[in-house]
Amino acid sequence: MVKDQEFLKSKASYCLDLAKKMGATDASVTVGHSISETVNFRNKSLEASDRSDGLVLSIETYLGKRRSSISSSNLLDENIKTLIEKCFETTKITPEDEFNSLPDKNLLAKQISSLNLYDETRFENDKKIKYLKDLEESASSDKQIINTESSFTENKSNFILANSDGFCDGYKTSSFAASCVTVAKDENSMERDYEFSSKRHLSDIKQATDLGIKAAKQTIRKLSPKKIGSEKISIIFDKRISKGMLSAFASAISASAIARGTSFLKDKIDQQVFANSINVIDKPDIIKGMGSQNFDSEGVNSNTLQLIDDGILKNYLVDTYNGKKLNLKSNGRSSGTTNLYFENGNICYEDLLKKNSRSLYITETIGHGSNLVTGDYSVGATGFLVEYGEFKYPVNEITIAGNFKDMFKNIILANDLEFEYSVNSPTMMIEGMTVAGK
Amino acid sequence: MSNFFNKSDLTRQDADKIVSETLNNCDDGELYLEESKSESILLDDNKIKSSNYSSDLGFGFRAISNEVVAYSYSNEISKDSLKNSSENLKSTLKSIRGTYNHEIPKSNKKFYEDINPIEQKTLESKLEVLNKVNDFLRKKDGSVKQVTASFAGEQKSIEIIRSGGEALTDVRPLIRFNVSVMLEKNGRKETGVYGIGGRQSYDDYLKNDNWKNVCEEAFRIASVNLESKPAPAGEMKVVLGPGWPAILIHEAIGHGLEGDFNRKKTSAFHDLMGEKVASEGVTIVDDGTIDNRRGSLTIDDEGTPTERTVLIENGILKNFMQDRHNARLMNTRSTGSGRRENYRHIVLPRMRNTMMLSGNQTQDEMIKSVDKGIFAVSFGGGQVDITSGKFVFNCTEAYEINNGKIGSPIKGATLIGDGPSILKEVSMVGNDMMLDPGIGTCGKAGQGVPVGVAQPSILIDKMTVGGTKL
Repeated sequence: MVKDQEFLKSKASYCLDLAKKMGATDASVTVGHSISETVNFRNKSLEASDRSDGLVLSIETYLGKRRSSISSSNLLDENIKTLIEKCFETTKITPEDEFNSLPDKNLLAKQISSLNLYDETRFENDKKIKYLKDLEESASSDKQIINTESSFTENKSNFILANSDGFCDGYKTSSFAASCVTVAKDENSMERDYEFSSKRHLSDIKQATDLGIKAAKQTIRKLSPKKIGSEKISIIFDKRISKGMLSAFASAISASAIARGTSFLKDKIDQQVFANSINVIDKPDIIKGMGSQNFDSEGVNSNTLQLIDDGILKNYLVDTYNGKKLNLKSNGRSSGTTNLYFENGNICYEDLLKKNSRSLYITETIGHGSNLVTGDYSVGATGFLVEYGEFKYPVNEITIAGNFKDMFKNIILANDLEFEYSVNSPTMMIEGMTVAGK
Repeated sequence: MSNFFNKSDLTRQDADKIVSETLNNCDDGELYLEESKSESILLDDNKIKSSNYSSDLGFGFRAISNEVVAYSYSNEISKDSLKNSSENLKSTLKSIRGTYNHEIPKSNKKFYEDINPIEQKTLESKLEVLNKVNDFLRKKDGSVKQVTASFAGEQKSIEIIRSGGEALTDVRPLIRFNVSVMLEKNGRKETGVYGIGGRQSYDDYLKNDNWKNVCEEAFRIASVNLESKPAPAGEMKVVLGPGWPAILIHEAIGHGLEGDFNRKKTSAFHDLMGEKVASEGVTIVDDGTIDNRRGSLTIDDEGTPTERTVLIENGILKNFMQDRHNARLMNTRSTGSGRRENYRHIVLPRMRNTMMLSGNQTQDEMIKSVDKGIFAVSFGGGQVDITSGKFVFNCTEAYEINNGKIGSPIKGATLIGDGPSILKEVSMVGNDMMLDPGIGTCGKAGQGVPVGVAQPSILIDKMTVGGTKL
């Protein structure tokens, strides 16, 4: 069983009391407990089971404007005492930073509403095994599939965040995740692809057979790929890739990147950064949402933010420290975005495919090719050549490149948004990017 | 050395008894105990942004029978906790029986000292160096707009208890010093990053103003990039500089030669043992035995002493890298490559220091032989798709080559290639093998472990460069 609120609260207040007693002017502490159980299958039989049970404690102590932190997994009182002593000693010799402080009291979350983020259902390992058997049975029904690997993970977590201004709250969350990776082979090539489902509640997880069939289908269609020539071509990003554009955008508008001056979106508030039909929203209170939260990692209340309004940048993602630096109030985003999404565009998926006589449909990218200082983007890619709306053949060993500043202004979105993950996007088309191939 | 039993109701005898009783009918497994202490100090935006200390303690209990691995970890070292884990392992393996393999090689060699780098220097002295770095770079040039510098140190103590009571221990120091600088000139911003590290004390960095070399290198890379032009797009010849660019070897070849992917036949290399996979003159080893290197280990995380494993010899594929589990299933021996990020993770076969050895040509000869291509000197990260064999890495410092001469610097671009065929495209191997500066972390299955790479300059006849200029 995951530890209850009372246990975590008692540890948290022990830490706060101790820090105060040693002379800390302020302190904040997070105590968390998480239990997770995973079963892995390969080629229709059990391959591994993994159980983890972990406590984690992190403390920040302040002496005026001086601050330092410690973290530990050892929650014995004696160890906590040694660590807080060490933390406070370090704080004393750490230089002052005028922006160091606990969050403003009036911004702290006051009322916690239930977002239904915890499902207490216990999915025993025997049931996980049954699920994975069904999944792999359906994933390996085609002869071209030569290897299947799948897993089911169940996680239950609880945490308490407390600070010396009297904030003390936390809540349980759960997640269930099933995934399947398949390998297909023909006389020319061997390819891998995957499908997964991750939800707060067990009953929302995709059917095992659907997951297996989809993974296999997505893998088989990649067989016998061709390399295409280098050219400018319009690129369609499958949903699982288009959401990555949102993640890059979110990193570029974090208050820390803006305050440090290391973002290509610095000083762009109230300016056009996306095509004028584009809206980007970050909504923390979606019921059962994978990214939902009642407050951020500092205890600050978080409301829905319209980040992009008709293409115009409206907000950064602000935490207390960088907010003070930028003279902005925290908007409860010290842990980053919550449930981030593009609103639907007004063209359907089929019409997007047909929009150009020839386009490249990307299903996977590899590499860390996003430079958020300059906006330059260059990654390895795998996908399909599309002609007149039809998938012609798989393509690999190519790269796609551009600059986010231009790419964002050329985005066209389909109207097929679904809320599957914490970051969600409809299918996306960007014109004018460069493909490097033969 | 940590004593894992002095603050617990669990005695050494209890632990031996539970381990032996749990693993009695299994093929392999062990109790892995770990205590780590780590520190990180970060200077950013003219200030000491954070100083963090963390301590971690826990165990991971593993039982293996046939192809099934059962694993359970906890950060509570106690009799109850270990018994719970034992029950958990037994329930997974209830109907599968094996015969425990007691054999494990021994060695007295050590590749680093039993030190705690964090305690060897005061916090004040580290803060002082970081502040000096900041002042030095900001005074150096008006274009310097941002400086980030950090120290990270760690000491990890491990103890492995096997069935029958055999115990193996290791104490591993690890440090890292990193500088990142952002320049702005005529409205353009570019970053340069450089770092050094290894399994040693901080001394080398704090004495002789050695940190200045790191600053100079980060500044130089950023300055070069301020002048960079858009990179070309398409297939062309690529000359790689010595040292860190060997992450190409790590991504293109290294991962594909890890035992697990080959046992499962999901690696593009699984049926190529004994075959020619590289040009003649190409020899690649994975070596865990180089003193004080980031990827070196006295014993791996299963207790096997590490070694120098020849992977490719003169173009021919000779060995895969193995942990005990995959080695047993493939009827071979462990190469001392069983590694894990920490006690929370299962062991996987991983790289240590992966190196391509020197040939006899010079970098000059390579550049002179290229009509149109690029010269890549430094890289950011890389990634590989083991199954299709396609891999990428990102240039952070590169130049165009025109008619045998190095030309303008080019913007960061991704290079993409095919692992099983790329080494056949190597047409020249340099005589200038160099180790990387000690900064690599390799990710696999969500686990990061410190690794090293090395190579001489090489000429690759054909690779796709992912720029924007057609």
